[in-house]
Amino acid sequence: MDFEDNAQEAAFRAEAQKWLSAHAKPRRKREDRDLEEMENGASVDMAASKAWQKEKAKAGYARITWPKGMGGMGGTPMQSIIFGQEESKFDVATGGPFAIGLGMCIPTLMAYGNEEAKKRYVWPAVQGDEIWCQLFSEPAGGSDVAGLRTKAEKDGDEWVINGQKIWTTGAQFSDYGILLTRTDPNVPKHKGLTMFYIDMHDPAVEVRPIKQASGGSGFNEVFFTNLRVKDSQRLGEVGQGWQVALTTLMHERLAVGGGQGGGIDSKELMRLARTLELEDGPALKNASVREKIADWYVREAGLKYTTYRTMTALSQGKQPGPEASIAKIVVASKLQDVSAFATELEGETGVLQGPDAPAHGMFQMGWLSAPGLRIAGGTDEILRNIIAERVLGLPQDIRVDKDVPFNKAPAGR
Amino acid sequence: MNFDFSDDQKMLRDQAHKFLSEKCTTKTVRKVFTSGDGYDKALWKQIAEMGWLGTAIPEEFGGLGLGYLELCVIAEELGRALAPVPFSSTVYLFAEAILAAGTDEQKKKYLPKVASGELIGTFARAEGAGAVTPKSIRTTFKGGKLSGKKIAVVDGASADFAIVLARSSDDAGERGTALAIVDLKGSGVKRAAEESIDPSRKHAVIEFDNASAEALGKAGDGWSIAANVLNRAAIMTAFEQVGGSDSCLAMAKDYAMQRYAFGRLIASYQAIKHKLADMYVNTELARSNAYYGAWALSTNARELPLAAAAARVSATQAFDYASKENIQTHGGIGFTWEADCHFYYKRSRELGLSLGPQRTWKEKLVSELEASNV
Repeated sequence: MDFEDNAQEAAFRAEAQKWLSAHAKPRRKREDRDLEEMENGASVDMAASKAWQKEKAKAGYARITWPKGMGGMGGTPMQSIIFGQEESKFDVATGGPFAIGLGMCIPTLMAYGNEEAKKRYVWPAVQGDEIWCQLFSEPAGGSDVAGLRTKAEKDGDEWVINGQKIWTTGAQFSDYGILLTRTDPNVPKHKGLTMFYIDMHDPAVEVRPIKQASGGSGFNEVFFTNLRVKDSQRLGEVGQGWQVALTTLMHERLAVGGGQGGGIDSKELMRLARTLELEDGPALKNASVREKIADWYVREAGLKYTTYRTMTALSQGKQPGPEASIAKIVVASKLQDVSAFATELEGETGVLQGPDAPAHGMFQMGWLSAPGLRIAGGTDEILRNIIAERVLGLPQDIRVDKDVPFNKAPAGR
Repeated sequence: MNFDFSDDQKMLRDQAHKFLSEKCTTKTVRKVFTSGDGYDKALWKQIAEMGWLGTAIPEEFGGLGLGYLELCVIAEELGRALAPVPFSSTVYLFAEAILAAGTDEQKKKYLPKVASGELIGTFARAEGAGAVTPKSIRTTFKGGKLSGKKIAVVDGASADFAIVLARSSDDAGERGTALAIVDLKGSGVKRAAEESIDPSRKHAVIEFDNASAEALGKAGDGWSIAANVLNRAAIMTAFEQVGGSDSCLAMAKDYAMQRYAFGRLIASYQAIKHKLADMYVNTELARSNAYYGAWALSTNARELPLAAAAARVSATQAFDYASKENIQTHGGIGFTWEADCHFYYKRSRELGLSLGPQRTWKEKLVSELEASNV
């Protein structure tokens, strides 16, 4: 048991360090941007992000596991992790909204698109010139994505699309999107879906930012009014959209929820407690504070070493175990609990937000964002279902709409 | 990154699993619950024959001279099977204390007997309710003589020898304490079994009246040696707790996949699915913390005290949750004496208290974080 690189990994790390040193400056201060991104995607420095993405794509570091000539180098998942570790030590713009496109949309296009489409779209996406978003969730289909209602109707060699998507991350700066539609309402819900890719700049597509409860705007609503797409923009067969979407969603859980909740953890809570006085003396000496720190520390350490177990499997060329699926459930609710407790310690001033608040408002930001993190990319409840069904092998929930034609299934407003 | 047990260690775990699933079923545990023996003698003998007692004891003292990673994988299986034997008190506490602070002579005298299964050992600390602190220790060890009373000594009724935390000077702090090795069958020692929540690990009250004992380590070092031994024991115990949690999850799952209510398998209700998912999450967090503890133990890392406290807290929480929610999943039948659920519930609490409660370990954990200047 050890935490060292094996010989190949060490060689790759040295290579990556050398390349990074030649192309970027070391990072000066600790910074975790994942919350900020979720809060307000528009604050990302797009020009810098695109430039850095291009630099990496030229060298094969943009998608290390992809083939050479497609922004990758045919590398291993472990090499991808190592590069990420080293990259995080440098002052580079990694906040660009490429993860969804490269992590979900492009892999779907690579699996189901024709040769012409792959030739046209993969490279511009890898080098950051074109940004993609994923258009699945709808007002009537969140956790139950297959309950979506956006309609696509065949008209000659084209499809006419009408409807609405919601919670679309990055739609405001996307050039393309993959869109899941209902093409047949007369069959059960999973069987009447079809996937397309669309041009987000088409005038028939309207993007409206959603103002979140937390005040930021990281997500959007997207409306389609008589959007016409060519049949050649279809991904997979007509009616096979659900299978195609599963390919995308399989990649989603790998891409979302990797963050640790904006760096708000027991360590930050200790930092705060060091500076505060409570009724009975220094906050860090208070037994209830210490107990909470310990409770959260063991969950953070447990997650950290769970990641090490996953990395070990990857390093040995094995498939990681199902333990990797626990991360987001733990992180999201812990963020909420730690943040709320921190505001308790801050007392009456805990109500302040932004630069006026204690600790520059980091705990208020965490607390305000936490409800979103518990929902985005699979709610706590859906993730527990996934663990129960796919890891533990328990039965699926009973689905009363499963074998009923979509337009006959019970539906609310 | 190589944060996993080796193939050889996994093979040892598989062997231990196979052996225990044949020789130590819940029937074995039930027998000990009612026999009053305090442990299963036949199982203990077989475990000794397998060589497990000497896993981490060097060959020169009669052990196998393997290591702590090997001991951890065995611990996980003992925990999974709820093995009703004085393994933890003899191996993680008694033998480890001798290894940590014993003279060469003491090692030669005691360790071969531990390895062969001839000697059951334990570690006696508590004297009353509340936290064990240097101040709480009133038992004295002076001039080779031990006087005082220890209570809730795990496996105390079965043990041949005990290591006793005692007061060696008038200094009321840690420096006033010492450790003594005492023959529990010697003169001046009186003991009686105590009723405890886990009858598969018999506890005892032991009184010493001028009993002859030998010093383990230097007078004044008692507390610090004990703290180190407890840290190491906490990691191995965490593996037992993780094994126990796994068992509870497996039992709850099996039952939920057979039991119907309102015309459906109860495993199809989210109230049950989510409960079991939480058991899984807690157990995996605990397993990962225990792995880190195993690494610290096997390399004698500077981080060992922090790793031990985290492994301890995490594993105690996981086993507590899994054992109580296993009963809940079973419903009324789970609360009967005939069902096996209560064995795990009781062992969980026993393991969670015997090296000191969570509260104590959380305090240690945060002190370690403070010291590492986080």
